Amino acid sequence: MELQAVLMAAGGGSRMTDLTYNTPKPMLPVGNKPLMWYPLNLLERVGFEEVIVITTKEVHKMMSTDPKMKLEPVKMKLDVVCIQEDGDMGTADALRHIQPKIKTDILVVSCDLITDVALHEVVDLFRAHNATLAMLMSKAHEFTETVPGQKGKKKTAEQRDFVGVDQSGKRLLFMANEADMEDGLSIRKSIMRKHPRMHIKTGLVDAHLYCLKKAVVDFLTENKSISSIRGELVPYLVRKQFSKTTNSQKNKDDVDDQNQKKNDGSMNHELLITSRDEPLLQLAQERSCWNDHHGDMSEAYHGGKMRCYVHIMDQGLCYRVNTLAAYIEANRMAPKLFEEPAVHPSAAISERCQMGSDSIIGAQCQVADKTSIKRSTIGNSTIVKEKVKVTNTIIMHGVTIEEGCNIQGSVICSNAVIGRGADLKYCLVGNGQRIEPEAERTNEVIVGTDQLMEI
Amino acid sequence: MADSGVTDGPENRDDIERAKTEGKELTKEEKQRLRKEKKQQKKNKEKKDEKASRESDKEKKSAAPASQPPTQHTAQKAPLAVPASAPVPLPASEAPVPADKPAKSKAELKAERRARQEAERASKQGKKGEVGQQAATGKAKAPPSELQPVVKRLPEHIQVDNPDVLKKLAKKLERQQIPLRSDYGYKVSLFSHLHQYSRKAPLTQQLSIPSTVIHPAIVRLGLQYSQGIVAGSNARSVALLHAFKQVIRDYTTPPKEELSRDLVNKLKPYISFLNQCRPLSASMGNAIKYIKKEISNIPSQCKEEEAKRKLLNCIECYINEKIVLAAKAIAKYSIEKISDGDVILVYGCSSLVNHILCEAFEKGRKFRVIVVDSRPRLEGREALRRLVQRGISCTYVLISAVSYILPEVSKVFLGAHALLANGYVMSRVGTSQIALVAKAFNVPVLVCCETYKFCERVQTDSFVSNELDDPDDLIVTRKGKTQLEDWQKVDSLGLLNLVYDVTPPDFVDLVITDLGMIPCTSVPVVLRVKNVDQ
Repeated sequence: MELQAVLMAAGGGSRMTDLTYNTPKPMLPVGNKPLMWYPLNLLERVGFEEVIVITTKEVHKMMSTDPKMKLEPVKMKLDVVCIQEDGDMGTADALRHIQPKIKTDILVVSCDLITDVALHEVVDLFRAHNATLAMLMSKAHEFTETVPGQKGKKKTAEQRDFVGVDQSGKRLLFMANEADMEDGLSIRKSIMRKHPRMHIKTGLVDAHLYCLKKAVVDFLTENKSISSIRGELVPYLVRKQFSKTTNSQKNKDDVDDQNQKKNDGSMNHELLITSRDEPLLQLAQERSCWNDHHGDMSEAYHGGKMRCYVHIMDQGLCYRVNTLAAYIEANRMAPKLFEEPAVHPSAAISERCQMGSDSIIGAQCQVADKTSIKRSTIGNSTIVKEKVKVTNTIIMHGVTIEEGCNIQGSVICSNAVIGRGADLKYCLVGNGQRIEPEAERTNEVIVGTDQLMEI
Repeated sequence: MADSGVTDGPENRDDIERAKTEGKELTKEEKQRLRKEKKQQKKNKEKKDEKASRESDKEKKSAAPASQPPTQHTAQKAPLAVPASAPVPLPASEAPVPADKPAKSKAELKAERRARQEAERASKQGKKGEVGQQAATGKAKAPPSELQPVVKRLPEHIQVDNPDVLKKLAKKLERQQIPLRSDYGYKVSLFSHLHQYSRKAPLTQQLSIPSTVIHPAIVRLGLQYSQGIVAGSNARSVALLHAFKQVIRDYTTPPKEELSRDLVNKLKPYISFLNQCRPLSASMGNAIKYIKKEISNIPSQCKEEEAKRKLLNCIECYINEKIVLAAKAIAKYSIEKISDGDVILVYGCSSLVNHILCEAFEKGRKFRVIVVDSRPRLEGREALRRLVQRGISCTYVLISAVSYILPEVSKVFLGAHALLANGYVMSRVGTSQIALVAKAFNVPVLVCCETYKFCERVQTDSFVSNELDDPDDLIVTRKGKTQLEDWQKVDSLGLLNLVYDVTPPDFVDLVITDLGMIPCTSVPVVLRVKNVDQ
């Protein structure tokens, strides 16, 4: 077996609590499909037959029992591993937890990734260069839709990621977050000597899709201090490519060194992937007339044993749904990813309803006369009464919208009830909320009072 | 008469010759007999040619039908002018011919036998005169084996412009569950019979990601071949054997199957896959033949563990003997040929030549090296780096400057991708150019090649069997401008990126192999000895 897929679906959605306080993030409907469905679909399309899904008990229950959220389009075998919900377990901790199941190299995907990338581009980098890590990144798009509840144009204080790649744009040389850099960007001289031309990019979105070698998982079990893949493991691996100890090759007393290093507790040694036929691989590389760089005296890869690669997508969809803005944008773009009909066959749409072609209606909906639905997504089992105007809105499942409402640019969560004649602009209505009739709300987040207590 | 060679058999011939020499006119009966015999022969010839053409249509594809219709006509009109392709259909048709003549009379049988003998005699004469047509078929065993019913097929990889062959290939790949790689871009017409792939469309696009059909080590190898990470004849063979070692390690015999047969069948789709990624080299072909032979020779009583251990050991031995030790032996022989004060010219990056030069330098010889390089691969840079790293003083030129630099050169060392059975050297494109210019300057040319690269193929030109690399490699961006960016839109423009060329033996003075220093024309002897050994 070549690769095992691992889907991380235990995340809390900490940056969009308004949406996730009742529905766990993996089950948020995007384009009327649960968010988890998108990475699973990607894996299935590419040819995976088994996926290890790491999730919480609640999500597991929802996956199997809730008929509205059944994942029946997915034909793969899902091996669900439940972990505690307390939120202390990072992604790397989760990997450590499933280490006994891991038999080969792994492909880790996050549940909030919606993309149509050609996965072979990432995996080919991993295979061809025998890399330790291969990841996917994408050029970030500006979100143009107005986000409900946002007061004014907030130039987010989001921490920028500085990503350094080499001349070819494939080899990952440097990765750091703005938060970790106190007095500026510092780059090691050894990196500059080996790769004098480096491109540093800040406008990239990390898709949280990683191909990792099995040795990395084994390394994680030895080093319990690493708890997050993205936050700690990846920058660590990128740094260790150029550390001095990993580059000490062709030492006859390497074997003795290895024993010493084990006792040292230095973390480098475990990552050295020594295959049984290392001398043959070495012979093949020596005889090959290929080098990944030109102009200096070192051999291919500068003799380094660890390599990290990145594939940067510049075309195509790639969204990480971890903020409200991303959620709205994803809802807009997600229909492009699958060719299902916009209107579910079991929905009852009356003839005198004006529906735009870019709207999606879920199963068992009831849309009455004289309604106008434009650029919106309507979830399953939703009832929309007469004379309602719905524009640019995301309506989740089980919502009731009474007559004469006018909803614009909003997000209405599951089981909400909008009273008649209400006028909502750029609002977010939480789960199970009731909007009183003739209400006029603009740019508000309407959630339950018990939620307001949680900080 | 011009066609007196193919008349009757020995008995009648004597009569007629006697009659002719005696000046007597042929009697009426004799004339009648003559006419009957001629008719009979014509019928036999037609039958044979028909069968021959049917069979050769089945077996030989593009080249043969071109030569067959004219030969059919000539055969009917002047049976003497039997073309060189006749011995092939002839022995093949010899099998069906006797089959459908159960109840013919004795005289007719005799006549047919006579006609056959005459045809064979004629074909032997015809062969001497028409070697040209033989070359068109692209494949001819050195001794004309008329009695051997060998069906000669053109290899599939040089018949890309024949849709039937492509269909057959597609069917075969479908059976083995391997995706078909599609050709890319406009092909120059002289080379339209070869594949041309794009590096941006790897074969893995059509494979499922955790590859289940093909072993992951082979997928990795195929990717490394197609992206050029493993390049060079020796490197590719070593990497191939390394991947096979992993395959053998992970292999388990299914129940009710024998390892010796099942493992060979398992390897076939892998080899097809690697062929699709990049056409196999001659050295890889020889290595695969060796492995297949070793696997088939495993006795059936052998336990799986022991069999696997034996196979892994065989592979190790092969690499050790044929590549590592051979390199040592060749270096030993070559050092005798390098003297102090030499100026040695090398072309491209040959692992063997680099090894020789480094060894000679370590042994204390004083020489300097001129590295000649060519676009688009620019492999000379890598050779330059390896030599300079050892401390050898080098000069670097491009191939366009080779005639300028040659007056300084005392010897030329070339590496080879394969040595063909007629003494031609197949190597990186540009090698024959260097050899030609060196010959013009009277500089000795020495080719270094291990014996496992010797190949039984015969080729006299670089067109018939070659490899077309990605044409986009020729596009270069200088000062921000890429002139050839839209080359596909220009109808009359084709980009040609050849990989190999053949150097005739007249330009090569010596071939240094692990068996010693031999002239180029002794390659068939080595091959023969190797076959006898095995």
